[in-house]
Amino acid sequence: MSNAPVDTGRRRFLTAATAVIGGAGAVAVAVPFIKSWNPSAKAKAAGAPVEVNISKIEPGQLIRVEWRGKPVWVVRRTKEVLDVLPSLDDQLRDPNSEEPQQPEYAQNPTRAINPEYFIAVGLCTHLGCSPTYLPDSFGEQVEGVASGFFCPCHGSKFDMAGRVFSGVPAPLNLVIPPHQYLDDSTVLIGVSEGAA
Amino acid sequence: MANKIIDWIDARIPMTATYNRHVGQYATPKNFNFWYFFGSLALLVLVNQLLTGIWLTMNYVPTAEGAFASIEYIMRDVEYGWLLRYMHSTGASAFFVVIYLHMFRGLIYGSYQKPRELLWLFGMLIFLVLMAEAFMGYLLPWGQMSYWGAQVIISLFGAIPVIGDDLTLWIRGDYVVSGATLNRFFALHVIALPLVLVVLVFLHLIALHEVGSNNPDGVEIKKNKDENGWPVDGIPFHPYYTVKDIVGVAGFLILFCYVLFFMPEGGGYFLEKPNFEAANPMKTPEHIAPVWYFTPFYAILRAVPDKLGGVIMMGLSILVLFVLPWLDRCNVKSIRYRSIIHKLNIAQFTVSFIVLGYLGAVPATPALTIAARIFTITYFGFFIALWIYSKNEKTKPVPERVTFK
Repeated sequence: MSNAPVDTGRRRFLTAATAVIGGAGAVAVAVPFIKSWNPSAKAKAAGAPVEVNISKIEPGQLIRVEWRGKPVWVVRRTKEVLDVLPSLDDQLRDPNSEEPQQPEYAQNPTRAINPEYFIAVGLCTHLGCSPTYLPDSFGEQVEGVASGFFCPCHGSKFDMAGRVFSGVPAPLNLVIPPHQYLDDSTVLIGVSEGAA
Repeated sequence: MANKIIDWIDARIPMTATYNRHVGQYATPKNFNFWYFFGSLALLVLVNQLLTGIWLTMNYVPTAEGAFASIEYIMRDVEYGWLLRYMHSTGASAFFVVIYLHMFRGLIYGSYQKPRELLWLFGMLIFLVLMAEAFMGYLLPWGQMSYWGAQVIISLFGAIPVIGDDLTLWIRGDYVVSGATLNRFFALHVIALPLVLVVLVFLHLIALHEVGSNNPDGVEIKKNKDENGWPVDGIPFHPYYTVKDIVGVAGFLILFCYVLFFMPEGGGYFLEKPNFEAANPMKTPEHIAPVWYFTPFYAILRAVPDKLGGVIMMGLSILVLFVLPWLDRCNVKSIRYRSIIHKLNIAQFTVSFIVLGYLGAVPATPALTIAARIFTITYFGFFIALWIYSKNEKTKPVPERVTFK
């Protein structure tokens, strides 16, 4: 052992420098462990857009398609249903769709590109249950409104544009997925027009 | 010969010394009562869960395609598979019964107070990890309630501003709860969390043995020692409490085996009925309720009309228990010598917790939601009131020695 005097300043600098470098290394090593929890390439591929033929949907009928493992509804709304929508505004939490629950092109009174077809992710915005479509018996939930969506989990209610009623647990309107019309009878769910 | 072997080992590791320190000559207050069974019972249930869990992994298939069928296979085709599986599922509920009673014991006898704060914190961490362990384990059978329960709980993280959506995506590893989620929950449930749990239990015991056990009188037995340094109110853990705990084990096993053999589904509370149907992402069960041991906290979540607010209140309802040692400013520990206000406060807290547990298990109606709000207030009220009155509480004189007949 050398008897040279201890240079404490130098020792402290070296200790700190080693700790910083070691810490940076530990952070770098954590990256693969954390990143590996993200959706895999396979999961991302399975989340690819879905084409739907809408030409055979009857008025008032709801069909479900699966996109990214979620149920997406396509409902053909009748003129009577569409006419009721504006009259509900004062019973709704977000009647003008100000919350970002839809692409810009669906931020309109009917929350759709083509008002006749309502396209939405069929999961309640409260805790992710799938609401029930009540085409005739919604009046039991909201007086004087014939049709709508009712979530059996915690009783949230949505109108025929997926807008949430006030006083229910769900905080937001139903999500409108990005979508586009390829032609009059085909919708592509999962990508907006012009997006890659 | 045997002595020679022991001497040989003792010269290399402190085996006899450790045994004496923690079992043979560990001084335990002589006045333990019924409430002191639950610590050793928790250890028993932990061993049951580890052992049956390891055996279940031998036949369980952790994939979205195979999980549900592999549970049926274990139940029907594996020899004694039904027993191992029911021991594990009943054990999960038994674990929480035992832990809640163990925590209640700490609450009424002030076992969280100085110098046992760290002991209490380790215990609370065990409780937290146990909840994560139970939640992840419940997804594995891949039944309807497994699936939708996980969907609901994971989506709670979505309420966190800014990072919420990315965080839920990261937890699930997919855009919905899927096989990727199942696989990682399996890994956490069978390896990561049990390791953490065992380490925490070890620390809990080390912390206990450092400060010594509290007792129903809340008297520190270490303050009164004889000429050999042995507490006059202490008795060695072995044989006195090992034998007493065996009686507790016998009583516990009678109840446990009754459930195990005659009502393993626990009336739909230990294994919920929708879970006998395979997970279906397209179909939500009529009523989604968590397993009974989460319902008090779930009731608090639902009582708050705002999603983020509900998540925060639910988190707080658990976190507030961590700071209990610092909320209670009284220096008398046991309920036996504390004020009538404290007794009433603990009574109302117990009622609140049980009523919230009931409310969290049934579908919400407007009247029940109001009830849940009231009991959420009384739940938190316990802690606020405790902090206020405990500073200058009118207590009874605490005896010098433990009371023992």
